[in-house]
Amino acid sequence: MLVTNLTILVLAGFIGFAVISKIPNTLHTPLMSGTNAIHGIVLLGGLLIVGFSGNSAFNKVILVIAIAFGTINIVGGFLVTDRMLEMFKRKPTQAPKDGEPK
Amino acid sequence: MILATSFFHNANFLRVLYIVAFALFIYGLMGLTGPRTAVRGNRIAAVGMAIAVIATLLAQGEGNWGLIIIGVAIGTAVGIPAARRVRMTAMPQMVALFNGVGGGAVFLIAWAEFRNTGGYAHSAGLPGSGPVATYIAVFSIFAAIVGSVSFWGSNIAFGKLQELLPGRPITLGRFQQPVNFLLGAIAIALGVAIVAGSHSELIFILMLVTAALLGNAVVLPIGGADMPVVISMLNAATGLSAAATGVALNNPALIVAGMIVGASGSILTNLMAVAMNRSIPAIIAGGFGGGGVVEGAAGAGAFAGTVRSTSAADVAMQLAYARQVVVVPGYGMAVAQAQHAVRELAKELEARGVEVKYAIHPVAGRMPGHMNVLLAEADVPYEQLKEMDDINPEFPRTDVALVIGANDVTNPAAHTNPSSPIYGMPILDVENAHSVVVIKRSMNPGFAGIENELYFKPNTSMLFGDAKSAVSDITAELADI
Repeated sequence: MLVTNLTILVLAGFIGFAVISKIPNTLHTPLMSGTNAIHGIVLLGGLLIVGFSGNSAFNKVILVIAIAFGTINIVGGFLVTDRMLEMFKRKPTQAPKDGEPK
Repeated sequence: MILATSFFHNANFLRVLYIVAFALFIYGLMGLTGPRTAVRGNRIAAVGMAIAVIATLLAQGEGNWGLIIIGVAIGTAVGIPAARRVRMTAMPQMVALFNGVGGGAVFLIAWAEFRNTGGYAHSAGLPGSGPVATYIAVFSIFAAIVGSVSFWGSNIAFGKLQELLPGRPITLGRFQQPVNFLLGAIAIALGVAIVAGSHSELIFILMLVTAALLGNAVVLPIGGADMPVVISMLNAATGLSAAATGVALNNPALIVAGMIVGASGSILTNLMAVAMNRSIPAIIAGGFGGGGVVEGAAGAGAFAGTVRSTSAADVAMQLAYARQVVVVPGYGMAVAQAQHAVRELAKELEARGVEVKYAIHPVAGRMPGHMNVLLAEADVPYEQLKEMDDINPEFPRTDVALVIGANDVTNPAAHTNPSSPIYGMPILDVENAHSVVVIKRSMNPGFAGIENELYFKPNTSMLFGDAKSAVSDITAELADI
């Protein structure tokens, strides 16, 4: 199991490098925000552990906090990235009205 | 029905959904390479995340639905309004905050796992079952330490950018490095003690506290100007800790997603550091943005030159008869929400046949690409935004360089003064323009706390005031010419 997981770990690292190094400077802020949302996937860890039968009351409290944190990370991260990227989209009605010289 | 339930509980079915999820993450990130595909890319990644979450919920069995619903409801209730309301200028601290909660989730999950297994003594959470495999304990401890550092570090970064904490470095001076090193060593030693067989929760808590202190100690001494690099680094750290959690929980979705973030965050950190000509170890060493303040405050008169102040009417006159105007926007423009006013001024100038371009420094604003977002918000055409290397050769042919709220990225000391903290940082060579107009609130030094000699040059004139009203005044004067 360890070896399989380490294989996945190393390959995923190289994929990350390969995909990300192509991204232009302009989009670095949305990229940072988008990848930030993706590590919210730790939410899954909270969802899995909260199912264990042996959880004490204290465990339940910290796991609810962890799930809330993970959800904030995912929901907030993707939404904020979407808002930023929407601004890069062309507004087709705008261009002719402005009378751009070019 | 029974068939359906067992189908969802099938480990292979779950793994297949996870493969779909991380394929969507990777495909979505590939979409982020261009402005046209970026929105779709982000949404594809979000769909991948939804699939991963739903798959986990289906596989989760009898579960603890009540707790899950409470947690998700709280998270949604906090996350959605925060993401919708935040102003574009406050984006860096928002990213810091979202990053921090991610790190918080990581260390809390590691803590719950430690408690569930009786300090890694019983793998099934029941007395009598065999101990947890050593490698699982190692990855879990790594996640706990890094998650805690990231949580506290991100919160400090948020506090500094939101100006809840002083942006200036708070440092222990020459004791800072030994203290950081000691805190790191203690956290690791406590982690080793747990892996070696101590089941004491007290040691685990001490380890979390030490890591928390380390998070504070690393970020507090870092000056405001370096903060984006730090956030990016903490982003990578949270990604790595999520990947470690994935190894500990044998969950491939966590491993892949966490590792991709770790890799991208590392690249981004490096790119930002290069753009600011700062080495990452030097940033961690801290103190940047502190030394120059003292010097600046004491030595404002040290520059042999005087500051020339001008009026909106004069600036309007200069601009109206220019052939090419280059606008150099900075964070000050963003804070004043002046980007729309700037766009109005540019339209007015274009109507008069003046060519208007925007010079975007790689770290204009507070993060790479931050300024592009702000100007895109104000509908500035994408092709008018020029990157530093494209615009610098154009300054000698530029009649007026209009610097709005930018400071350190225009400071010629980066070329001329080897003792300046920003020496060697690539800058926009606005001083080469025929004339330079700087719109600035006051003579206070910028984010890095360094005096700017540009303001004392003979071809520079200063228009003091709020960026938004100053630009509006110029536009109004322009209409009268």
